[in-house]
Amino acid sequence: MTDIAIELRGIDKKFGLVHANKDIDLRVRKGSIHGIIGENGAGKSTLMSILYGFYQADDGEIFVDGRKADIKDPNAAIAAGIGMVHQHFMLVENFTVLENVMLGAEDSQILTSGISRARQELKRLEHEYELEVDPDAIIEELPVGLQQRVEILKALYRGAEILILDEPTGVLTPAEADHLFRILKQLKDQGKTILLITHKLREIMAITDEVSVMRRGEMVATRKTAETSVEELAELMVGRRVLLHVEKGPALPGEVLLSVENLTVRDSRGCDMVKDVSFEVRAGEIVGIAGVAGNGQSELLQAVSGIRRAVNGRVLLKGEPIHVTGKADPSELRHRGLAHVPEDRQHMGLVLSFDESENSILGYHDDPRYLNGAFLDIDAIRADAAEKIEKYDIRPPNPRLKTANFSGGNQQKIVLAREMERDPQVLIIGQPTRGVDVGAIEFIHKRIIEMRDAGKAVLLVSVELDEIRSLSDRVLVMFDGRIVGERAPDTGEGELGLLMAGVENSREAAE
Amino acid sequence: MEYFDTLIVILQSTVRVSVPLILAALAGLYSERSGIFDIGLEGKMLAAAFAGGAAAAVTGSALIGLAAAIFVSVCLALVHGFASITQRGNQIVSGVAINFIALGATVILGQAWFRQGGRTPQLTGDARFTTVELPFAAEVADVPILGPIYSNLLSGHFVLTYVAFLLVPFTWWVLYRTRFGLRLRAVGENPGAVDTAGISVPWLRYRAVICCGILCGIAGAYLSMAMTAGFVKGMTAGKGFIALAALIFAKWKPINVMFACLLFGFLDAMSIRMQGNPLPLIGEVPVQFMQALPYILTVILLAGFIGKAVPPRAGGVPYVKER
Repeated sequence: MTDIAIELRGIDKKFGLVHANKDIDLRVRKGSIHGIIGENGAGKSTLMSILYGFYQADDGEIFVDGRKADIKDPNAAIAAGIGMVHQHFMLVENFTVLENVMLGAEDSQILTSGISRARQELKRLEHEYELEVDPDAIIEELPVGLQQRVEILKALYRGAEILILDEPTGVLTPAEADHLFRILKQLKDQGKTILLITHKLREIMAITDEVSVMRRGEMVATRKTAETSVEELAELMVGRRVLLHVEKGPALPGEVLLSVENLTVRDSRGCDMVKDVSFEVRAGEIVGIAGVAGNGQSELLQAVSGIRRAVNGRVLLKGEPIHVTGKADPSELRHRGLAHVPEDRQHMGLVLSFDESENSILGYHDDPRYLNGAFLDIDAIRADAAEKIEKYDIRPPNPRLKTANFSGGNQQKIVLAREMERDPQVLIIGQPTRGVDVGAIEFIHKRIIEMRDAGKAVLLVSVELDEIRSLSDRVLVMFDGRIVGERAPDTGEGELGLLMAGVENSREAAE
Repeated sequence: MEYFDTLIVILQSTVRVSVPLILAALAGLYSERSGIFDIGLEGKMLAAAFAGGAAAAVTGSALIGLAAAIFVSVCLALVHGFASITQRGNQIVSGVAINFIALGATVILGQAWFRQGGRTPQLTGDARFTTVELPFAAEVADVPILGPIYSNLLSGHFVLTYVAFLLVPFTWWVLYRTRFGLRLRAVGENPGAVDTAGISVPWLRYRAVICCGILCGIAGAYLSMAMTAGFVKGMTAGKGFIALAALIFAKWKPINVMFACLLFGFLDAMSIRMQGNPLPLIGEVPVQFMQALPYILTVILLAGFIGKAVPPRAGGVPYVKER
């Protein structure tokens, strides 16, 4: 037997004019965790979809366990022992765990016997891999971490020896991600081979044995993880040197521009998500709010930017109150110098089916610069968009292109350009680099620092602790709707992590 | 006793008029549970009614009529399937088109073939379905209360009536106890899950659409060959749409479908009964009001009383492998 679980030779795939995979070679050692890293659109997902039989390669060969495998559909991949955990879970949300695991592997036409076998088998898998899930739970009632576990169980139930995980941590909280990594290590110890696709360098360094780097459809390098560094991988991914650490001078805080007093915000279910929160943001400083997702940061952002009504409290913008408990009007706030980059750009920041130029004036379409009497001045809008495209290096540089066709990083740049170019006094940014590739992260971080240096007040919310620590001048930690501490940005990750987990006296605990 | 007899008569006609609703609603259930919305139930039923009436009139055989009805309905269902599964077209547009085609084509062909103003010839003898007497129906008819229920309400219906009611538990069983049912429900919720599990989404949906066609065919045959003796133009008279309303009302669940259809059938039976019979206190109720009641009920009850009817999540959306 060979110790190579998967070998790809000369895989080539085109989608129309897009050359997604160019002559890819890859060897994955049996019983190892092999990372595949690359920017969004580098062709990682396409390659894995070919391996799973979702797409057909135009050219090339696949070998599984040293034997040539003709993987023409997912069935063939499953038969060859390949399982895949998709980025967007392929689960039927109103089915039970058991039904989802069985789907496509039901044994016989009538379900009864299959159900009891699946139940037994699930119990065995739970034992063997410590993957506990209630088989009768409905998927949509489970937290995301458990849903992902069901995806893994699905693959194992079908006898997968090789497991592909496509961006598995994108939807997970840091704690859930750690848990996932423990599961993956356990699977590896049991002899499974794992292919981990990600664009997060930290994950690669933390868990993989080997790593292959893809760039623009090509496989550019394969390294042993122990023999490479974050810097080298980043450079291989982007194709040039990348500054992973943001360089910035000391902050020169000025007057208070945004002040939040005793703010309490309730979510749509009636739970208090923000509880009696007070803080200030001064001109020329970046205040970062750290916290595990779901601890009230989103509701805080929404209340301050006038999207969600607060129950109680006051917010002052340049000393003037905002009616956060009544009818705050986001467009009025914009006129008063508050710009908002929402957390979820695809739902709140952009209309994906619009042209780039239309999105670049979204919310500012009543500006006389873009109007010609009662009509939109399309030429002026396109010229304005072209200017922003140039300045923010948005690619492809075409104001007429549908926004959905831009990559995540470029979509984010469209939002940033729109909000920053209005020269706001206060900038509120949620998750500035979620789903954004390394090259664009660097650019976005630079722009945020520039805003600070130009004397703006910046309120930054991010679940990426690294990002908070490298950008902020002061860090506020949110837990369970409260601000549980303020720390300097150079505070140790351990201490901040404990604060984020709600451990009091984190300083002592960290020591 | 007089009221009891009246009730039996009304319930009997409730069963009679509910049958096409149940068949059509179950047909819609197979299709919509697989993610293919089908507002062409009406058209398929109408075309099937015509085909059945015509074939039975020509051959003199009810069974050949039924086969013709099912064949035509399945063909139309496949057209809808081709448009919405293979060509990924708009399912509403395709359904509307089928309704219009059926409405026009049945009259034109009927006139061309039989020259009776779009009707098919009156069916007699073996060309029409006959009713079935359950055993001992005549003997127990005189037993008070239970006798009339057995011999008038349960006995004396067409075979297709019993088929329709048996199809309700059968559909439940298929949906929740068989592999096909599991996959069918899955493909209507998340076709991606089905595709990645190695099952063909188009083939699964085509099978669902064929089931829909068969049931619409039976419904149409019932209309022209059992309930009446021959095809009359536009004889479905909106039953396909009432069936759709019942399907939504029943939240796409087979047992609920039966009760929803019986309720709507009951309203229909009442409206026939009440023509010319003024209600005490209220006076004469316009027929149009009774005819509109199923729709009004659906809207009101869905709006607040029975909670939200959540359609299959992938319904109406053509499946495209995402890149």
